[in-house]
Amino acid sequence: MARKTWFAALLALWIGAVQAQEPIRIGSFLAVTGPAAFLGDPEQKTLELYVEKLNASGGVLGRKLQLVAYDSAGDAEKARTFVKRLIEQDKVDLIVGGSTTGETMAVVPLVESAGIPFISLAGAVVITEPVKKWVFKTPHTDRMACERIFLDMRSRSFQRIALISGSGGFDKSMRGQCLNVAATYGIQVVADETYGGGDTDMTAQLTKIKANASVQAVLNAGFGQGPAIVTKNYRQLGMRAPLYQSHGVASKEYIRLSGGAAEGVRLPAAAMVLGDKLPAGDRQRPVAISYIKEYEGRYKQEISTFGGHAWDGLMLAVDAMRRAKTTDKAKVRDAIEATKDFVGLDGIFNMTPKDHMGLDLTYFRMLEVKNGDWTLVP
Amino acid sequence: MSGTNVASRMRGLAVLAGVAALLPLVLVNNYYYEVAILVGLNAIVCVGLNLLIGYAGQISLGHAGFFGLGAYGSAVLTARYGWPPLAAMAAATFAVAALAFVIGRPILRLRGHYLAMATLGLGIIISIVVATEDRITGGPDGMAVPPLSAFGLTLAGERSWYWVIAAVLVLSVWLALNLIESPRGRALRALHGSEIAAEVAGIDSAREKLRVFVVSAIYAAIAGSLMAHYAGFITPAKVTFFHSIELVTMVVFGGMASTFGAVVGAAVLTTLPQALTVLKEYEMAVFGAVMMLTMVFMPRGLVPTLSSALNGRRR
Amino acid sequence: MSAQFLQFLLAGLTIGAIYALVALGFSIIYNASHVINFAQGEFVMIGGMATVSFVGLGWPLPLAIGAAVAGAALVGLALEKFAVEPARGASVVSLIIITIGASILLRGLASILWGKNIHAVPAFSGDVPISLGSATLVPQSLWVMGVTLVIVLLLSWFFGRTLLGKALLATSHNRLAAQLAGINVRQVLLVSFGLSAALGAVAGILVAPITFTSWDVGVMLGLKGFAAAILGGLGSGPGAVLGGLLLGVIEAMGAGYLSSAYKDVIAFVVILAVLFFLPSGLSGRRSTERV
Repeated sequence: MARKTWFAALLALWIGAVQAQEPIRIGSFLAVTGPAAFLGDPEQKTLELYVEKLNASGGVLGRKLQLVAYDSAGDAEKARTFVKRLIEQDKVDLIVGGSTTGETMAVVPLVESAGIPFISLAGAVVITEPVKKWVFKTPHTDRMACERIFLDMRSRSFQRIALISGSGGFDKSMRGQCLNVAATYGIQVVADETYGGGDTDMTAQLTKIKANASVQAVLNAGFGQGPAIVTKNYRQLGMRAPLYQSHGVASKEYIRLSGGAAEGVRLPAAAMVLGDKLPAGDRQRPVAISYIKEYEGRYKQEISTFGGHAWDGLMLAVDAMRRAKTTDKAKVRDAIEATKDFVGLDGIFNMTPKDHMGLDLTYFRMLEVKNGDWTLVP
Repeated sequence: MSGTNVASRMRGLAVLAGVAALLPLVLVNNYYYEVAILVGLNAIVCVGLNLLIGYAGQISLGHAGFFGLGAYGSAVLTARYGWPPLAAMAAATFAVAALAFVIGRPILRLRGHYLAMATLGLGIIISIVVATEDRITGGPDGMAVPPLSAFGLTLAGERSWYWVIAAVLVLSVWLALNLIESPRGRALRALHGSEIAAEVAGIDSAREKLRVFVVSAIYAAIAGSLMAHYAGFITPAKVTFFHSIELVTMVVFGGMASTFGAVVGAAVLTTLPQALTVLKEYEMAVFGAVMMLTMVFMPRGLVPTLSSALNGRRR
Repeated sequence: MSAQFLQFLLAGLTIGAIYALVALGFSIIYNASHVINFAQGEFVMIGGMATVSFVGLGWPLPLAIGAAVAGAALVGLALEKFAVEPARGASVVSLIIITIGASILLRGLASILWGKNIHAVPAFSGDVPISLGSATLVPQSLWVMGVTLVIVLLLSWFFGRTLLGKALLATSHNRLAAQLAGINVRQVLLVSFGLSAALGAVAGILVAPITFTSWDVGVMLGLKGFAAAILGGLGSGPGAVLGGLLLGVIEAMGAGYLSSAYKDVIAFVVILAVLFFLPSGLSGRRSTERV
């Protein structure tokens, strides 16, 4: 009998060892190519970099992390196929991904029925409202961006504004949210222009706005190269009303692309954009500075807020796994939902069963471009 | 040309049905089923498109538009207006057929690259309208679609869908083969050879071209409706001209004027990107290279080239 | 009202000039080989992105531009030699697929080589806006329109007065006759691809300071250039220029006066309408079909 127990113990040890060798698989689907590539590219780079770093410092729960990432090119159907692949074929433990809202919403039914925690990196408020059991997200919602901007506009006594936005999902969603909440901040949208995704000249639309004398400020809800072109055209036409941009262009790249035209532009952004300009006591300062150093050091490229969303997603997941002491999907999900006071790049996260986004307006800062760089608006 | 007599047609169809029946043996998980279903849906569109491109010798760079209208028609009628899915599918297909009929007349008077441009323009117009009217269509972020249910039963799960799509595909191929061999089909092929000669022989080329255009649009619309219900979600990505180009590539790659070629083309070009994901950022470049090299070395497409080689004939 | 009109017109002419250059590229290749080169847009992209790279290496702008144009021309020659020539005799649709495959390949390589970011190119002579009445213009727009005009004049001299140019024209009218007259048709084909690529690259460089450049700018510009070439009548040089300018102006006017969301739809509807009444485009040559 002793031999049997001895053998059983050996077997258990062997299985345990094999299990321990089994890496923790983190699945991801990102828009690395295609029209949303400047979202997915920094997101993937961030995930790759930090999975490597986590592994170098011993992994999580004594196991290595393995990143299984697919390029959905921003296409919701491709995203669905890849998520099926991640769940069924690659058997991942958790998914951090979904650069765009369309892709995210398309896969929600899949993760809900498979029971796998999913942290989305996309912006629209519909992702977490209404709350879905397995779906979380890291970036501030587009509605929050509108609210943050309107707060600032109200403080400068602007009441009549013009809206200009692109035709992409992010643009349209943010435009819709801004139109919805404007009245609560005493703001009236008196002009509403749009441009196409690949458009190279917005002077026509801006000319129409310029002709409207009652406009006190202009809000450009967009991202990518559109806002940079809008900004350049804005200065070209000599428009005076203050210009606000969305959190989607909170990057040095936007300032560079706009040339000198971005002076005085304001936008809401997460703290990481400011880096070491953050005041000394700021809780996000160390995290932001460390990320900037690592990312820019490795990739020789400026950081972007989108990479920050990915960092938050990955780190929230790792933190939850550590707290749950397991990779069991249900327990990890519970742990994510119980996240309290997690210092991320987007803000300080506090999740609840009713709030799978975890942020409010507190850590959403208002920035202004001064002398070609970001400054904090007090 | 394959399928030039009843026996070889039936043989080809039997092979297809056999493959479809036996394939589940190698489909080990839902992901594999998903890819198989996507192949089936693309194949249905390609079989119809091949009638237009391969047999009638026309070109359409806008067929994703018809696919998308079928998909969105089903989606909007079932999700926003509560229609029963089969009725919605019928209505959407009918609307697409009507559109193809109305727009086909003037469009098909164009030839060659002008026709290509006109169909391209049509496809782009449809995709922009779909993406812009977000109150109806959900815009670029898309909209959810209720599952396909009829007579109290709901079609859910990859396995059930697989059999439905496989059946629809076999039926589509059978219909296409019959169409090609019918007198009308022969008229079609005569058109391809030389429109003027066909007209001299008494064929009303305008009417035949229009008919084929409408039939290919119907194939695309039905596939679109099925896709919308299967995925439970639809976005404008499937309505873009990228998708139109993908469809034409599948038809040409597999072999024009070969219905089975269209199926093979759809199968290869749907599974290839899945296989190429290992190449990560090189995937796009490799995919482009594969497209180019295949067409350079096998200009008639995969199936005709392979079948000539197998038959020991070299043209 | 007229200030707005002038602003729209200037915007339309600027982008229209770019479409015209791309359309010329399509026409030249089509004339020589009856192939529609769907990779034309990628030459535009290569022009802009290569310039960014060379400027990044510290080269002065004129040198960077020259090198970028030469580089694009080389890519064009390679495309003809390795993709189009071996496939001569294939059907029209097969050739379309080949050039589409080439465009995907080039874009894939660009995304690896140059990354996915958007890049700015310095304007040739600064960007202090110029006032024209109550409309404004950036100096780069003048460069765009001016250089396009110069190129169009150069091309008409080339095709009308030089032997090589006339050989190209002869091949486009009747390849067999041209061969019989002793023209090296293969060389003509190579030259046409190289020339089109260079034209595309110039367009890309001219417009990059206004619109930025990135690995996938080629797609839309190629598409619009193709549309412009068709609108003007495939194979006609003046048609391509006319088509390009017209397309640009229609877009700008559509955005300004009708609906900015639907401006591309308006442009394509106009193109379709023109094609319905003039099936060979505005100045397209009526081709005769051999029975």
